[in-house]
Amino acid sequence: MIKDGLLVAQEVEQLNTGSSQQLRVHSIESFGTHDGPGIRMVVFVQGCQFRCLYCANPDTMDVKGGHFLEIEELVSRAIKQKPYFRKKGGVTVSGGEPLLQRSIIKKLFDRLHEENINTVLDSNGRLIDKPAKDLLDVTDLLMLDVKHFNNEWHKKLTRVSNTSTFKVAEYRESTGKPMWLRYVLVPGWSDQEEHLHGLGQHFKNYKTIERVEILPYHQLGVHKWEALGMEYKLKDVNPPDTQILEKTAAIFRNYFQDVRVN
Amino acid sequence: MLNLSQEVLALREGAWNRKIDVRDFVTLNVSPYYGDASFLAGATERTKELWETCLIAMKEERERNGCRAIDTENISSITSHGPGYINKDLEVIVGLQTDELLKRAMKPFGGIRVVEGAVAEKGQQVTQRVKDVFNYTKDHNNAVFAAYDEEIRNYRSQGILTGLPDNYARGRIIGDYRRLALYGIDRLIEAKEEDKRLVDGEMTEHKIRLREEITDQIIALKDIKKMGEMYGLDLARPAQNAREAVQWVYMAYLAAVKEQDGAAMSLGNVSSFLDIFIEKDLAEGIITEEEAQEFIDQFVMKLRMVRHLRPEAYDEIFGGDPTWVTEAIGGQFNDGRTKVTKTSFRFLQTLYNLGASPEPNLTVLWSQNLPEGFKEFCAQVSIDTSSIQYENDDLMREVRGSDDYGIACCVSYQELGKRIQFFGARVNLPKTLLMALNEGREENSGQSLLEGIPSLQDEYLDYEAVMANFKKSMVEVARVYSKTMNIIHYMHDKYYYEKAQLAFVDSDPGIDMAYGIAGISIIADSLSAIKYGKVKPIRNEDGLTVDFKVEGEYPKFGNDDERVDNIAREITKFFSQELAKHKCYKNAFSTLSLLTITSNVMYGKKTGSTPDGRKAGEAFAPGANPMHGRDEHGAIASLNSVAKLDYRDAQDGISNTFSIVPKSLGSDREAQIDNLTGLLDAYFGLGGFHLNVNVLNRETLMDAYEHPENYPQLTIRVSGYAVNFIRLSKAHQLEVIARTFHERM
Repeated sequence: MIKDGLLVAQEVEQLNTGSSQQLRVHSIESFGTHDGPGIRMVVFVQGCQFRCLYCANPDTMDVKGGHFLEIEELVSRAIKQKPYFRKKGGVTVSGGEPLLQRSIIKKLFDRLHEENINTVLDSNGRLIDKPAKDLLDVTDLLMLDVKHFNNEWHKKLTRVSNTSTFKVAEYRESTGKPMWLRYVLVPGWSDQEEHLHGLGQHFKNYKTIERVEILPYHQLGVHKWEALGMEYKLKDVNPPDTQILEKTAAIFRNYFQDVRVN
Repeated sequence: MLNLSQEVLALREGAWNRKIDVRDFVTLNVSPYYGDASFLAGATERTKELWETCLIAMKEERERNGCRAIDTENISSITSHGPGYINKDLEVIVGLQTDELLKRAMKPFGGIRVVEGAVAEKGQQVTQRVKDVFNYTKDHNNAVFAAYDEEIRNYRSQGILTGLPDNYARGRIIGDYRRLALYGIDRLIEAKEEDKRLVDGEMTEHKIRLREEITDQIIALKDIKKMGEMYGLDLARPAQNAREAVQWVYMAYLAAVKEQDGAAMSLGNVSSFLDIFIEKDLAEGIITEEEAQEFIDQFVMKLRMVRHLRPEAYDEIFGGDPTWVTEAIGGQFNDGRTKVTKTSFRFLQTLYNLGASPEPNLTVLWSQNLPEGFKEFCAQVSIDTSSIQYENDDLMREVRGSDDYGIACCVSYQELGKRIQFFGARVNLPKTLLMALNEGREENSGQSLLEGIPSLQDEYLDYEAVMANFKKSMVEVARVYSKTMNIIHYMHDKYYYEKAQLAFVDSDPGIDMAYGIAGISIIADSLSAIKYGKVKPIRNEDGLTVDFKVEGEYPKFGNDDERVDNIAREITKFFSQELAKHKCYKNAFSTLSLLTITSNVMYGKKTGSTPDGRKAGEAFAPGANPMHGRDEHGAIASLNSVAKLDYRDAQDGISNTFSIVPKSLGSDREAQIDNLTGLLDAYFGLGGFHLNVNVLNRETLMDAYEHPENYPQLTIRVSGYAVNFIRLSKAHQLEVIARTFHERM
């Protein structure tokens, strides 16, 4: 159901049935070059509780959308792509929000590891429970999308709180396994200097953060909002210019070694 | 006799001293290069100034409707035109086809009517004296039609067999132009005389023909010597230094393109041969790197200026006025060493020194074992210029055997100096399928072309019944195709023999008959739709299918899905085997290509709706590409589907065009180069045969469509060849823009 131009909040319990061998998937990109290191097969899962105003894939929000794919089907696709992965590449699960299907993705990652395929999870950190931790433990690289440092702005941008995102980061740090932070830069929404510094301060002592990626906001998803009968509220927001991008990168460089614009 | 060459060069001796054997010379004397591109030099001032003149001439050419000037007085031959220069004082490598830059010459022996038409289209007239010649002799075109039967004529006029070289020169033959530099004319004539002496005994048709052919080749060699004299070059002897080696090779090629206007006239694999001469001169301090690069830049500049006189209709089949001066670069020796030399790099460097260009058609022979520095440079040049295509060297050497080969036309293996090829254009396979669904009738006219095809009456098409009809149709089409090819090549040999090229080939070479099919992805999807979905034919009052209603989902070619990919494989194998059952003229070996060049647009126009949901008139995908928009899982799934087509069933080549926006290749230049290199390694490692690589923004193409004047050198690659984008018709341009870019949204 759409209310105020946005898909209403949805229950997601049924998405993570531990017994299932099927993942609810939106689409697969076989030549992913922007979602983790090297060449990757990117599985975009279906369903997300965030309602990011700038979402480029709003068609992945609905937890009842998409279609089911067997884990083994995904594994066999990945195996066929293995020659392309070489040393750095592998499989990335993105979305949608993967944590909503954490137990199933854990099975997928276990199987990929059996085939010596590297695993990356691209998540907004929506929740953290035992199954989520289990998934993170078999995730070779976590790409954690921090939408905003300030909780009020976070709510304005996504309709939900950022508390659990920070908890996920905290858990990842405790495991000592690598993570990248990803930050979508939306002019007028997520480029406030104080909050950028706030983010830097918060994470500066994290030892597991290998890289920070700034993702410049773009409007390529607008037509999808219209097709879904939803309202795109950032129509008047232009993508960040080089100046804003450089300024943001400079701020982050005060806190992090490796800052890149993706 | 060969002592001259040895003394001057002090090179390692071998079989090449005793007989004509360039491969032996290269193998013994080459210096493989394992480093990176840092040694390369920019263009010299002379080169820059010359190229500026060429750019102005090309602008004039575009302004004059694609043809700067025509010589309507003289039939072109090796010696027909005196020396021509761009700017004599600046040229280190000389020679033009006519006496003036970009002036086109008449080569009417393919078909005088086509030449008359082409000249008339430019508002000029062929001089009466030339027309009169054909009151006394036949041309290839007339000869072929004298032998065609009604069946062939019908298949041709209904577009089942298309693009046949029956009114233009067949091309595709590659002379081993290196021979001129290594041996000189006199030694080559001696060898041909010896060959001719050995053709004796009882005079079979084969021997008679051979004696006549060798005699013609000797005449050509003598003419080439005369052509050299016009430029003050003593081609009688071998080349004695690097500049001469480049010049001699170019003279041999120039003779070919003065005598013939074949659809595609490749250069071969000259870079590492020339490198031997360049390395020696560099080592002796005779030349600098700048001068070495200057030779190659100016050689390449000349190759870019090659033109043939073509009618406008020709543009429909081969858009953008291509010449296919294909040069194969890199690859490995069978002994494990790389064939990459510094001159392999120098050839690619011309794309920076002179800017991007469709010609010469630079083709990198990709092996898993190529030096890393070379792989990276190739990827970088692809990203910057979109002017390179890649072919699987490991696969070609394994299946075809030789490590000394060039690429004929777009994608076809041709052992240099040992084998030649008979170009066979292609069959429109979707039209063949439509005949199978229409009791053997052509889908637009209703004309019956095939006997004994049962009528299909079910509401929904039945896979088994369709396959049975389709196979029957393919058997018949293969039969007609084969006899057509035999007639064409018999007559081409007789009336438009390539004596200048064959003078640089062994006297009785092996021959590949290069059949082709267009539309394999439509066939795979159509049969998949019938098998896995439900397809309801919609017929008109004559019972001809005018459309198809496709119900339900079905697996589509281009998604790495075995169910449909296997159909594409099976059909290719079946048709290939059918063709191989027929005896070829001159005992040629039957091969097949999955290739369309730019004709995919024209084939689409002439083909009715197909069971995959494609509407009448819509373009085919180029080559073996999946239909655009149907490869839903991105580039790799698409590549994997094409890689499953078996080269053994299509030894004339399987072309695949890959277009991507730079950003989708990776977020920064380092990642882009790394990812492209990885992609090529993996695709070819999986058995992929060929890949065109375009790295372009859709916006760039749109802007070039709107403002062609700003993009004189914008190059894109389509199905096995490269083309200057703004020289394509507007329809072709739009089709290229509409084609799937692998671009993640």
